[in-house]
Amino acid sequence: MEYNGGAVVAMVGKDCVAIASDKRFGLQLLTLATDFEKIYKMTDKCYIGLAGLATDVQTLSQELKLKVDLYKLREEREITPKKFAHLVSSTLYDHRWGPYFCEPCIAGLDSDNKPFICSTDLIGCINFAKDFVVCGTTARELYGICESFWEPDLGPEELFEVISQSLLNAFDRDSQSGWGAVVHIITPDKIITRHLKTRQD
Amino acid sequence: MISEPIPTAQPARQMANRFDPYEDNGGTTMALAGEDFCIVAADTRQSDGYHINCRYAPKAHQLSDKTVIGTSGFYADGICLVKRIKQRMEWYYHQHDKVMSTPALAQLLSVMLYQKRFFPYYCFTILGGLDEEGKGCVFDYDSVGNVERVKYQAEGSGKELLQPFLDSQIGLKNRATDDVLDLTEEKAIKIVKDAFSSVTERDIHTGDCVEIYIIRKDGIECEKYPLKRD
Amino acid sequence: MATKTGFNFDNYQRNLFLEHGKENNMKLPKATKTGTTIVGLMFKDGIVLGADTRATEGPIVADKNCEKIHYIAPNMYCCGAGTAADTEMTTALISSNIELHRLNTGREARVVTAMTMLKQLLFKYQGHIGAALILGGVDCTGPHLYTIYPHGSTDKLPYVTMGSGSLAAMAVFESKYKKDLERQEAIDLVAEAIQAGIFNDMGSGSNVDVCVLTKGKVDYLRNYIKPNVRKEKEQVYKFNLGVTPVIKESIRNLVDVVEVNEMEIDQ
Repeated sequence: MEYNGGAVVAMVGKDCVAIASDKRFGLQLLTLATDFEKIYKMTDKCYIGLAGLATDVQTLSQELKLKVDLYKLREEREITPKKFAHLVSSTLYDHRWGPYFCEPCIAGLDSDNKPFICSTDLIGCINFAKDFVVCGTTARELYGICESFWEPDLGPEELFEVISQSLLNAFDRDSQSGWGAVVHIITPDKIITRHLKTRQD
Repeated sequence: MISEPIPTAQPARQMANRFDPYEDNGGTTMALAGEDFCIVAADTRQSDGYHINCRYAPKAHQLSDKTVIGTSGFYADGICLVKRIKQRMEWYYHQHDKVMSTPALAQLLSVMLYQKRFFPYYCFTILGGLDEEGKGCVFDYDSVGNVERVKYQAEGSGKELLQPFLDSQIGLKNRATDDVLDLTEEKAIKIVKDAFSSVTERDIHTGDCVEIYIIRKDGIECEKYPLKRD
Repeated sequence: MATKTGFNFDNYQRNLFLEHGKENNMKLPKATKTGTTIVGLMFKDGIVLGADTRATEGPIVADKNCEKIHYIAPNMYCCGAGTAADTEMTTALISSNIELHRLNTGREARVVTAMTMLKQLLFKYQGHIGAALILGGVDCTGPHLYTIYPHGSTDKLPYVTMGSGSLAAMAVFESKYKKDLERQEAIDLVAEAIQAGIFNDMGSGSNVDVCVLTKGKVDYLRNYIKPNVRKEKEQVYKFNLGVTPVIKESIRNLVDVVEVNEMEIDQ
């Protein structure tokens, strides 16, 4: 986890969810790139953020995308975020004795547009939360700040401010993440993606 | 043929037997400086691993009418350090016929910690109080005496959880708009209470109760605020 | 994709290299552990299982309200302590196998059967699957309560505790357990034991889950007691809209905005 660094957070709002990550790609303390986004679109209304070893982040995101697409071809319907969470979980537990070094956060709206978020650990233990989930090297900072800032029933714009401020202030105290941030707000009729201005140190 | 010595099985040196007199008793402390006041707060849980040793073991101690110290880390070292500081303050009082000021105390503390550079006090100290001009001041230390005067600081097991929150609410970091900080005493106390209740939710070593010392020019007040006990 | 069964060891060698390789000493990220207090006891007409709801990642609370009493069969439930993913997946696997067993035999599965399946699985993995379990259920031979340790050994006792809060909970049982307790007395005792764990063991916390298993009936009392509800915050930390500096925005519409009518009016 500490090899490449990274921070991902997801939050529930009123009829919407938000997921955000930093953009740093580094090798220990050396920053190599500042455009490495860790959030991947799985279906129209379901995104996954993967924090951890960058090679595994990419491999796992591709493997998951493959499985999601095969599901769609086989079942002729989109996978729901909850089913997707179990897919992620079993994929990770498959590698119980040689795990992928990533912790995923999943955020999405289900078929009734009900918000869903969850995270899992690196071997696939799902944490269904009703407020927020965090992962990456900035997890401790994010836990503390989200616990103070998060409120129930935030609208999309309020949720954007809360998740952005949480992420920005959290990763400024972590040497292994930062260097830009991206936020996706998923609402029933559109997905708003915003890139944030952050400190570059 | 040169025969190399055949490696033989050496009895494994037991590293566990090495002298290790330190323990981590957890706990979180923080301090913030206002214009004419200062707040020092610390939770009162003392723990060891998954076990709670004591639900009321104060980590913040009043040193004078203008200074409060907060320690976390190894509780015994913290207690001993406070005891020695109080003794030095007593000597200072008798020698100079005045109470030591907070910045003087801050310097003394740094020296005292560095004196034990190779057998350090395993505690993370914050000193808060009013300086000679009556302004709030906070001094933050590492375990070997590095000192920095700051506006606000969190230390201890919950510092990573607490510091970003203070950065946002007191440091007003990462804001595009020109927000001005109007930090009244009441607002500061509210922020401290929320900070600790949030840390208690997620850090298992923090909880039970938080003692909030409010340092004003006309004296020090201590408020106790209950936290979750699980 | 080739469909393989069983675990995938593709990353095993690589991870060894990353961890112990010549120039590497990468720290393995921690898996979620449930520090946990779980208990079970036998009463007059069945079994009561209890658990706290905290999941930890080192010193951090990862989940404040997780479920540690897992479904095995309609007449059987199982509390799990240890590595969270292991308890979850192990109980889910045995649950499927028990259902297949029921369909094969045409009978309701017995608790010993589930216990044997669990211990054989855990023994096979020599303790590497970090699951410490309390299995309780009622079958045609009456109520049964088992504990299963990560290495595959088992116990059959009238009252049991497990996890990091096991000592706190056992202290309550040892002083207050009696044979043939009434249903409500048994629930109260279990809740008290769990609360002893919640308050005195830092690996356990939040709420009390209880599950009462009697002949032909299961009552899963999720969050039976909530002794740790967070107090109202002193103030709300709302941000003014526009406070966060944004560089770039893009919007992906999922709904087509039809403006045909307006254009027609214009024409």
